Amino acid sequence: MHRTGQLYGHFETLEQQKESAALGMWVFLVTEVLFFGGLFLAYTVNRGAFSTAFGAGSNTLDIKLGGFNTVVLIMSSLTMAMAVWSAQVGKKKLVSIFLIATLGLGTVFLGVKVIEYKQKFDHHLIPGQGFDMRYRSEHPRATDDPKEIAIEKEEVEKTFAVDQDTNAHGQLYFSLYFAMTGLHALHMIVGAGLLVWLIKASFAGRFTPQYNTPVEIVGLYWHFVDIVWIYLFPLLYLIDRHR
Amino acid sequence: MTEHIVSPKIYLAIFATLMAGTGITVWAAFQNFGKFNIVIALAIATIKATLVVLYFMHARYSPKRTQLVIVCSVFWLAIMLSLTLADYNTRRHEGRLASATTCYRA
Repeated sequence: MHRTGQLYGHFETLEQQKESAALGMWVFLVTEVLFFGGLFLAYTVNRGAFSTAFGAGSNTLDIKLGGFNTVVLIMSSLTMAMAVWSAQVGKKKLVSIFLIATLGLGTVFLGVKVIEYKQKFDHHLIPGQGFDMRYRSEHPRATDDPKEIAIEKEEVEKTFAVDQDTNAHGQLYFSLYFAMTGLHALHMIVGAGLLVWLIKASFAGRFTPQYNTPVEIVGLYWHFVDIVWIYLFPLLYLIDRHR
Repeated sequence: MTEHIVSPKIYLAIFATLMAGTGITVWAAFQNFGKFNIVIALAIATIKATLVVLYFMHARYSPKRTQLVIVCSVFWLAIMLSLTLADYNTRRHEGRLASATTCYRA
């Protein structure tokens, strides 16, 4: 099997075999780019049509949690890249350490996402029957500062004055929010599963300078998921903060 | 042809740049640049994504064949985005999109 790092008959060198594997992963990532691209397109079209409600929806997201998650995910990309490097230079222990760090950071990201989803649930911001973006007292932002709360209340009232159908258009925003971040989180969960598999193999000392294709390939996938978040963070969290 | 090993120094430099980019994105989001807020946010995101692809994903050191596939993905994405947006932006669509929203009313 390929996993043992033997040379298959149809390849000339191990190098060529590895390059082909990476090429195959890239072809898969092209399909992923277009898959997420469709969602980004749906988001762009709807945001263009209903920018007031989308801005108001975006401003309900917690920028501290989102920013923290961005930092966590970029750090996990660094540890993933370092795991690849460790395998390439033959530091077997470091491979395991960096892979475990990557898995840990990925888990932190998903944990924060759970907190964020829970907040949306508490604030009646899940699309469906109970959805309501009007201001309510149990909706405070991260702060209890009455000034901040007054500003938030005023913003919500202004939004409804401009767009009477804010509750309808806001549901479009949150549908896209949950579809995009949910799909992203699903990719993270798949990535976490792949990392568990890699960590097990790294404990067995499987990855060497001659054979580290799985680390490299899962790395490509992990960095791609990071790139999706690099676009999601400004588009979902930051589009209307400057009022 | 031997494999190119990217050194941890480069990884750390890219990581630092990505962090700085995240900081600038958040800062810029709170400034009022009018129509340019979204342009600035997407430009920074694209620079960050390019750095990840080139260095973390080793695209810079990959064979030409792999680089071609990467460029193709961007190319097809550009077709999808530009043609669809060109369509939406040149039609009088607002009334129709808005009327479609009645079905979302709770």
